[in-house]
Amino acid sequence: MLSRFLQTVSNRRAFLGASAALPLAPLVAGNALAQSNSAVHAATHFDGMTTVGNVDHERNGFDPNEILTDWDTGTLSVDAEGRRVRSFDITAVDIEIEIAPGIFFPAWAYNGRVPGPTLRAKEGEWLKVNFTNAGSHTHSIHFHGIHSARMDGVSGPGLVAPGDSFTYEIPALPFGCHLYHCHTTPLKRHIHKGLYGGFIIDPDPERHPDEAEAARGRLLGTPENDRWQEMVMVMNGFDTNFDDENEVYAVNSIAHEYMKRPITVSRDLPIRVYLMNLTEFDPINSFHIHGNFFDYYDHGTTLTPTLKTVDTIMQCQGQRGIIEMSFADHEPGQYMFHAHQSEFAELGWMSVFEVV
Amino acid sequence: MTTPATSTSSNSALAFGLPVFLLALVALAVTIFDPLARFGGGLPPDEGLAIERGWTVSNGIEVQVRGEGRDPLRIAQVQVDGAYWMFKQTPDKPLNQFESAQIEIPYPWVAGDAHHITFVTSTGTTFDYSIDVARSETPFSLGTMFDLALIGLFVGFVPVALGLAALPVLRRLGREGMVFTMALTVGLLAYLLVDTLAEGLELASESASVFQTDVLVWAVAALTFALLMVIGRIGGRPTSGMALATWLAIGIGLHNFGEGLSIGSALTLGNAALGSLLIVGFTVHNLTEGVAIAAPLTRLRPSHFALFGFALIAGVPAVFGAWVGAFAFLPHWGAVFFAIAAGAILQVMVEVARFAHSLAKEGAEPLANGTAFAGFGVGVLAMYATAFLIQV
Repeated sequence: MLSRFLQTVSNRRAFLGASAALPLAPLVAGNALAQSNSAVHAATHFDGMTTVGNVDHERNGFDPNEILTDWDTGTLSVDAEGRRVRSFDITAVDIEIEIAPGIFFPAWAYNGRVPGPTLRAKEGEWLKVNFTNAGSHTHSIHFHGIHSARMDGVSGPGLVAPGDSFTYEIPALPFGCHLYHCHTTPLKRHIHKGLYGGFIIDPDPERHPDEAEAARGRLLGTPENDRWQEMVMVMNGFDTNFDDENEVYAVNSIAHEYMKRPITVSRDLPIRVYLMNLTEFDPINSFHIHGNFFDYYDHGTTLTPTLKTVDTIMQCQGQRGIIEMSFADHEPGQYMFHAHQSEFAELGWMSVFEVV
Repeated sequence: MTTPATSTSSNSALAFGLPVFLLALVALAVTIFDPLARFGGGLPPDEGLAIERGWTVSNGIEVQVRGEGRDPLRIAQVQVDGAYWMFKQTPDKPLNQFESAQIEIPYPWVAGDAHHITFVTSTGTTFDYSIDVARSETPFSLGTMFDLALIGLFVGFVPVALGLAALPVLRRLGREGMVFTMALTVGLLAYLLVDTLAEGLELASESASVFQTDVLVWAVAALTFALLMVIGRIGGRPTSGMALATWLAIGIGLHNFGEGLSIGSALTLGNAALGSLLIVGFTVHNLTEGVAIAAPLTRLRPSHFALFGFALIAGVPAVFGAWVGAFAFLPHWGAVFFAIAAGAILQVMVEVARFAHSLAKEGAEPLANGTAFAGFGVGVLAMYATAFLIQV
């Protein structure tokens, strides 16, 4: 009999719905008192929201701080027809990575890192991507770009069996902020295991005479581009218990990493973030900056903003874009940025700019 | 004549040692041939975590957990309501099977809200626990102890004493009436037995699976029953009169200890709101327990002192149960207590039934069986009907 009575009230909503007024009255009065106490807790424990400990980046073999800016520009050559040809080498491997302190995820990764190398090329170049599959399952590289069906990485020799290799040959078109990922089925599993990366095509100023200045600002290696603080951020998540929901969210894989080691940025130079969404299971992800607004270039395929003066944008799965902002007129300090889905933020996708 | 004796003893040593030796050989063979090798490749570790008790304190949430998988389990992170949160584990190490640890989470819980806790292990496996209604854990103080004692007395001692006061009425019932009363008692006890076993099994399902508490409940109940039967019959004669009443008081006392456990833990863990109506409900519901103890005493003249003693034995354990339940309650211990109570109740059921049977035979009237059956039915129904009083 007791267990029945316990069960009835343990379902709180059923209990509150019952009209047993007498026992209920003292409970509600008690609540009001405790409620005012818990307001005090909230203030003192705000900093409690965090993963505990630190990730061993050396063991992982990659550091999210370096991933921000370590562009892979491949090797450039000029072929017989005078084309600029850029070659990249990518190998898929099985690797266990620590995605939050003490939580190890059995990942599949391009070049042993999640996200994979950020490939960077110039508009119009010819790209040769030599792909070797050293993993235990069939993999591919599917580029978001303009290319032939044979090079799409969804069927035929472009699907690479374990131990095999394939060279994808595609033009660097169109300019913008793109991405690549494995297109082997089951798709969801192959992507959320970690097979994705950034694919940035800088505009060729000569092709955009009317906007040459803006194009040069995007083109890696020019003096105009040097005046920017550029970084890549891949929004991702990890389903560690295989229930088709992410237990960990992050930018560049490691939960709360940029909270614990804020990204230092200078007020003297504007910031450009190549942002892409490779989160699985959740239809959208978002980016929100504190104390500032930014211009946004959806897909990065234009040189004029597609959204001006916003502080929050959202991206569906596979969507990406370029964020440009400046802290020139701000006082130094820590400015947060995070997904505005609070759930994602509190499960790891929470970061800070240390503006100096 | 020593030689044969020696050889006999060495023979018996050999007879004892041989099976042990052969068993060791078999164990060695299994290890060498490892027939499981083909099945275990690439399997993740066997992790298990039982969350035994979670409660709120003024500056956060505390949880007691226990490892129950074959492999050690490392709690890597803790989520509260879908947010990673600071926590402190004591002792701070991976949990082997059976090992328990305390987790402190400085989380700003909200009174009256539900809070969901997820433990994420090093492999990313998750274990969930919910605090259904967050309320301040009653602090350990004299005042609380006094209140709990008072509740225990109202739930245990008071109804038993009131039930015993029915003794003069029972005396006027005559033999037929006595058969009826005894059968009624068996009915009450039958209800208590089922209820107590259900409580025990319910707690067993909440406790760490490594303890196999569900099996333990049945085993402990059976052992308690057998042990009490043996002790009760030490004199060689079936129990009756004062002795039977004493056994009844002990069995009901154990049951009331379990009831106290549930009430105490419910009050402090905030899983329940015991209103004063509910306490009165328990008092009425447990009145019948006093009647049960009085049943074998109708032909005797027990002193008021003895009656008071019966009420103490049967009722006061509820006070101790409430104290233990409020401050030191783990589900597997609760399950064991309920199992002991079930065994004790079954023993008195058997003794009372036998006593009622012998009474009925004295009369040798065909009516007796019908009377006994009616008594039994009324007993069960009385418990069932008064149980409505203790529902919210």
